[in-house]
Formats: sequence, structure tokens, C-alpha cells
Amino acid sequence: MSPLPLLLRTLAMLMFAASVAAADPNETCLACHADKDAKGSSGASIAVDTGKFAKSVHGEAKLACTACHADVSPKTIPHPEKLKPVDCGTCHDKPVAEYKATVHGVARKGGSQAAATCVDCHGKHDIQRNKDPSSRTHHDNLEATCATCHAKESMKGQAKMPGGAVASQFHDSIHGKALAGAARSAAPTCTNCHGAHDIRAKDDDKSRVNRAKVPDTCGSCHTKQRQQYAGGKHGKVRQEGNLGSPGCTDCHSAHGIQAPNTPAFRAKVMAECGTCHANYMETYRETFHGQVTNLGYTSVATCASCHGAHDIRPASDPASMVSPQNRPATCMKCHQGATVSFAGWDPHANKHDAARNPVYFYMALFMKWLLIGVFSFFGLHTVLWLYRSLRAMKGEAR
Amino acid sequence: MRYYRRFSAAQRVLHVFMMLSFTGLALSGLPLIFADQPWARGLARLLGGFESAGIIHRICAVVMIIVFGGHVLHMAYRAIFKRDWKRLLWGPDSMVPQPQDAFDMWNHIKWFIGKGPRPTFDRWTYWEKFDYWAVFWGMFIIGGSGLLLWFPVFFAHFLPGWMFNVATLVHGEEALLAVGFIFTIHFFNGHFRPEKFPMDTVIFTGRIPEEELKHERAPQYARMAREGTLAAYEAPPPTMESKAFGWFVGGGTLVLGLVTAVLIVYSVIR
Repeated sequence: MSPLPLLLRTLAMLMFAASVAAADPNETCLACHADKDAKGSSGASIAVDTGKFAKSVHGEAKLACTACHADVSPKTIPHPEKLKPVDCGTCHDKPVAEYKATVHGVARKGGSQAAATCVDCHGKHDIQRNKDPSSRTHHDNLEATCATCHAKESMKGQAKMPGGAVASQFHDSIHGKALAGAARSAAPTCTNCHGAHDIRAKDDDKSRVNRAKVPDTCGSCHTKQRQQYAGGKHGKVRQEGNLGSPGCTDCHSAHGIQAPNTPAFRAKVMAECGTCHANYMETYRETFHGQVTNLGYTSVATCASCHGAHDIRPASDPASMVSPQNRPATCMKCHQGATVSFAGWDPHANKHDAARNPVYFYMALFMKWLLIGVFSFFGLHTVLWLYRSLRAMKGEAR
Repeated sequence: MRYYRRFSAAQRVLHVFMMLSFTGLALSGLPLIFADQPWARGLARLLGGFESAGIIHRICAVVMIIVFGGHVLHMAYRAIFKRDWKRLLWGPDSMVPQPQDAFDMWNHIKWFIGKGPRPTFDRWTYWEKFDYWAVFWGMFIIGGSGLLLWFPVFFAHFLPGWMFNVATLVHGEEALLAVGFIFTIHFFNGHFRPEKFPMDTVIFTGRIPEEELKHERAPQYARMAREGTLAAYEAPPPTMESKAFGWFVGGGTLVLGLVTAVLIVYSVIR
């Protein structure tokens, strides 16, 4: 392009701008930026969709372009090509101040170019109110908005995402499925657990998903379970300050939460119990229940069938499902007609504990030596026989 | 070649049902004992899941109990109505261990280690008697504990709860003993030892060749000749059908049992 037409164009633009400047400052800007094909010197589009802007929350308020692009004045057109980033905090001082402490804000401050800023979630010229169903930050759309980054495996390299690309896990979870269903307005989306302008890393004490806070975060919807949990042993150990005690996500996971009655979940949660209660898992595996579940079938009693889920209490607690008083009733959930004597069966009988299970202990010892005895004697008997028979046959052949 | 009758038709039929129900019980029960092994999970799936494996297990259990009951009733009939109890309880035709069995075993082992001539045996050898009584013992221990575990609510009316812990333990351990024994030691003694390899069909045909009777069971042959009963026990050669049945059904069970034994040994060693 020769310099002359550019000069002419600039001149025409200046004249046009001067003529309309007094009426509406945005018209000056739109003289160039309304052109769909308008491009900067780098070739990137500088077009602004006026229709979308007019319907946006800022357009409805008839905000001047310069309200956000504060370093541009209609009086100095053309403006320098490189402008300062828009500072939303000029008006939205509180959320922006909050943002700075979020996991995204901290990452940005640390030099990350990947961490989300205001525009990544809210948009630019087309920002809508949260209540507007077309808004990126509307309840129904948040999953997709967060997924623009959190569904990308490639993002893991650019940003510290401890859970990885969790969007698909969430989408297939019970919460994700509910979000796709009719009751979506009641289903939690990302921000219900993580917050919006207060999203913090889970190792941050103030984070809603901090280990100590998770029961309260989940409990904001699951109030009954939260109460039961507080009364159970795991909840009580938590209250004593021991965060090693399992919270909601230890059994249910965080993003991939499944319906609790599925076989897959029942099998998985049992393995979770075993990570701490390894000795009980070992004795459970010796029972019929434990053998069947180990084969991958969960139609028999798992840990939770007898111990409960949220309000697991020690057997010494009369309210416990496995207290001596309640044990027959617990057995009866599956075994109709179970008696006190029936409930005297030990679901965690230990072969090595003569005090707890004397007969079992001595029978295990007896069986062990019976097997060793029989197989040793007949094993040797067979080997010797085979050797002698082969030698005898060889001799006959000769 | 002349043949003599070693097993009656009833005994052969009982053995076939015993063999089939035993194998069925083993295959449907072992997945529980080896639940942490991939092959156990595969086998459980093959049987249609643990519920259907449980049904197969119970059907086979009922068959085996009928076999056992049938044998006991037959013995009782022989003892009471045929007044044959003397021959059942003592002597070379009895399954009851005799002093001769101790000598037989001693001489057999002496032969194993090259310190004596190869012994021959009468109608029932000491290892055959061991197999027989092992089944009796197993029927009471495994069958009894199995019934306890099948109907726990009923039995809990008169048994303490810890009996079910013990029942689970002995049911599994005894089963392991029985399966391990039958699928290795019994298979070797009866079929795989060089003189019989790959299998002895006598339990299916019921007939033993004269040569074998003379060689391996010389005392029996001599005794029968002395008593003049040889002619009474002489039988036509085994039919093609009974031989084919032995080869296919018996042989098939041998292969199945041997594979199972290998899996068990592999799982125990691992």
C-alpha cells in the first residue's frame, strides 16, 4: 500500500471523527472499530461487534469505550496502537481485589500468561449479567467456561493444575449429569464448590476446597450427610484437629463423584477404607463377603453395609450399627431372620488372634498342618514312586 | 485277553457322578478362595458371575450328597440285608485299613528307595483306601460346613456365631486339600504314573485285564484262584462305549483338573 491513500484515509477519518465527537464519544471509536474487516498493523482484527456490545451489560449502561480503554482520548486519534490492559478494578474494585488473592490472580502475579483474568470468564465487549442465560458466567454455562482451560491436557504444561484436566471427570460425574438434566439449576457447577472471585488453591487455608473446609463446602447442600458425618468417628477425629481423618472427597473423589449405589463406586470406596484399615480389610477378605467383593461383585456386604457411610461409629457407641445391641438388626438388612446368635459371627475373625477367636485360631493351625502333612507325605511318595517306576521301566526296556 | 470285573456298574456310575460333581464344586468354589487372582475373576465370569457360580456349586453339592448317601445306603443294605458285614469290615475286600496295609506301604517305600522288590497288592491298596476315607472325612467336614454356610440363619438357631467363622475356614481349607489331593496325587496314583499313563479306564469300564490282575494284584489273583471265584468275576472285554466314555469324559476331567492344579500351585507360590 502506498503512503498516499493511507494519509488520505487518516485525514478523512479525522474529519469524520471531529464532526461526530461532540454527539457520542463511542461514535468516534466505532468509525473505525465498527468495520468488521478492520485490522491492526499486526493483521489482528480490531473490530468490535456493535450489536453484541449494545446488548451487553456495559452497552446497556451506555458506557463510553474510554471508560474501560482509559488511555485513549477521542481527541488524539489515531490512538497509539499499543494500549494499556483494561483495568476492571476502576469500577469493580472489590472483585478485582479479591481476584488478586485467587489461584488465578496469584499465578498471574507470578508471571503466568495462562491463568484466567476477568475477560477469560466474563468476555470483553459482550459481557452479560450472571443471571442472563447467554452469559458465560450463568450457572448453566460455567462448566463450559471453566472447561475452556480445564479440559485441555495441553494446559497442564502451562499452568499448575494438580487435578489435571478435570472437566471431563466432572462432566461424567453425578453433578455433571445433573447439570445436563432438568434439575440443572439445583445442581452444583464449578463455582459452587470453588467460588468465583475467591477461587483459591486447595492448600490455601481460606480455600473452600481446602481439606479442612471440604465437609462444610459439600455440607452446604448435603446438610443431612454433613450432620451425620459430624456425629461419626471420622468427623469427630476431624474436630479434634486430625485432618488425616477422611473427609467427603477421600471416599467420593472430587470431580468424578459417582452415584453411591453403583457397583463401581461400592468397590472403589471399599479400597479406600482399606488404605487406612488394612488389618480389617485383611480379615474381611477371609470372609465370604470379602471373597465375593474381591472377585468384583458388590451384591454382598461391603464395609459400608455394616458400618454405615457418613456416621460410622465405633462398636462401643450404642448408636453404632455394629454395637452389640444393633448388630442383629444390621445383619437382618440382608439376612432375614438373623438372630443374636447369628450376629455372633465375627466379620473380622483373625487367624492369628487366639484371644479374639480361640476356636478359629486353633482350627486354622490344625488345617495348616494337616495340609502341610498330607501334601508333604504324598508329595514325596509321588516323586519317589515316579522316579522308581521310570527306572524300572527303563530296566525292562533294556 | 481275559478280563475280570473290578468295579460293579453301580460303583462306576457313582464314581462318574462323584467325579463330575467334585469338578463342578472345585471350579465354582475355587474362585472365592483365589479371589485376588486374575484367573479366578475370569473363571467366575465364565460361570456367569458369582451368583450363578453359587447355584452351580449348590447343584453339584446336592449331586455329591446323593452319591454319598447312595453309597452309604448300599453299604448298609449289604451289611444288613445281605448279612455281608463281615466282608465289609475286615479282610481283603474291605475298605477298612488292615495291618497288611502298613506292611504294603512299608514295602512300597522300600522299593521306592531301592531297598526291596516291587510289592504287589490285593484288591484295595493302601493309597486307594486313603482316597476312599479322605472322601468320607471330606464329606463330613466340607459337606457339613457347606450346609452350615448354605443355611446360616437356620443353623444359627442352635449354633453359636463363631461356628460360621470356623465353617468358612474349614470349608475352604479342606476344599483346597481335597482339590489339591485329587488333582495331583490321586491323578498320579490312578492315571499318570508311568505304568498307567496317560490314564487307566478301569473305573469307567469296570474291567481289569488278566495280565494286570496277575502282575499288580498277585495276592488277589492267587486268592481268587484258591477260592475258586475267578470264573465268577470273569467278564467280557470292555465295550467300545465304556472305553470312549472313559477317554473323553474321564480324560477331559483329568485335563481340567490338571489345569486347575497348575493354577492353584502357581497362585500359592506367587
